[in-house]
Amino acid sequence: MSPTESRAVQSQTKERIRHIVREHAGLGNAFDTVDSSTDLYRAGMTSYASVVLMIALENEFDLEFPDAMLSRNVFASVDSIATAIESLQQVEQ
Amino acid sequence: MSTPLRAIELPELAASKAFRQAVDIAAEHAEDVDRQGRFPSEAVAALRSADALSWGVPLEYGGAGAGIDDLAEATFELARRCAATGMIFAMHQIQVASIVRHMADSLWFRNYLKRVVREQRLIASATSEVGVGGDMRKSIAAVTPVSNSAGDMVQFEKRASTISYGAYADDLLTTLRSSPAADSGDQVLVLTHFADMEAKPSGAWDTLGMRGTCSPGFVVRATCLTDQILPASFSSIAAETMVPVSHILWAHVWLGIATDAFSRAQSFVRAQARQNPGTTPPTALRLSELSSRMAEFRALVHAATQEYASLADSERRAALSTIGYAVRINNLKIAASEAAVEACQSALGICGFAGYGNAGPYSVGRQLRDAHSAALMIANDRLHATNAALLLVYREGK
Repeated sequence: MSPTESRAVQSQTKERIRHIVREHAGLGNAFDTVDSSTDLYRAGMTSYASVVLMIALENEFDLEFPDAMLSRNVFASVDSIATAIESLQQVEQ
Repeated sequence: MSTPLRAIELPELAASKAFRQAVDIAAEHAEDVDRQGRFPSEAVAALRSADALSWGVPLEYGGAGAGIDDLAEATFELARRCAATGMIFAMHQIQVASIVRHMADSLWFRNYLKRVVREQRLIASATSEVGVGGDMRKSIAAVTPVSNSAGDMVQFEKRASTISYGAYADDLLTTLRSSPAADSGDQVLVLTHFADMEAKPSGAWDTLGMRGTCSPGFVVRATCLTDQILPASFSSIAAETMVPVSHILWAHVWLGIATDAFSRAQSFVRAQARQNPGTTPPTALRLSELSSRMAEFRALVHAATQEYASLADSERRAALSTIGYAVRINNLKIAASEAAVEACQSALGICGFAGYGNAGPYSVGRQLRDAHSAALMIANDRLHATNAALLLVYREGK
């Protein structure tokens, strides 16, 4: 993949993550102020909502997060989720 | 081989002469503390004399640099004599650990730890709040900037539903929202001195057990420096320190209570056996059953302590923030709190009316009443609900 293609895939991944976050993180109107680096927990995501979000992400990207990745830090922002998903997809390839 | 107590040697701190004295003093006053529902002031004074309140402070600030094993062992030894003293010691050490592990390079907190060493200051905590439904991870009260200062002062007012030994502590760690605009889950921990704040009890503490912890509700109001806010989010303090250390030290309190009850049942069976030499009393079988349950209980508690010790200070610290660890540490709390009540109940069955009486060497009433608090301190149902959600993604054993 060329660097340009790779960047395009990354931004597409983040767009899909943003969509899932909007649907499942339970942020309500606070979602409007979320950018890709916003701390979702500080924005009001509860522990329960984060679990729902994880399941939705697993469905969307057809993968399973290993135990070591099931941590607060990994799901703290769209950016950190994207990094985690990309690393899992690279392992699969 | 038949000894019910722990075969391992006491670590140095818990074996020190001054600490053994504190343990004896806790034992001496345990009944009176329970009956009158009063603070175990003699035992806490003895712990201060042993410098035990600063065991968890690192060596560089003058403390003993004790690890979770030392603190757990000491908690266990105290709780075997007086559960309230053991719980007060445990809770204080939880606050110390939260500061030590999350103060980063704060000068204010470094100096504060030196004061804890010098003055043997006792720290209470206000993590509960009226109106949040028992969820420690939510706050209503917020840190609010004081407008007429140089921006280095904040204030807060919180209605805490319970503050253990609040009327006897020197300092208080309080969870609060990080600012008036912050979400309920966006919390920080603030340390304030009781001498510089208002703290009004908002109820009485007259309970079934753990009577000596003296834990009524309080309305607390304080103004303090921004430096007195721990420089870490409460979510990471909770995941890496407060929750695991609480559950491990509480489990040692409960193991101590159960061990006390077991010892009383064993003395009872021995006395029965002496009355009819050559025959094994029927209660000996029940004691053997209880002994095997105690072995399970100890194994559970020790395994959790070792796991935390192996993760706490290493580069594996991040593992404490995983869902898998949260599930396991919640399971420790649930299992240990249930095991303690079951052990005391079994001891009562063995001792019969001698156990049901409120006095005498075979009485296990106090132990049973104290043990019943275990399922309520962060309700087991809440932990089950949390684990139920976490298990939707966490694949146990994988």
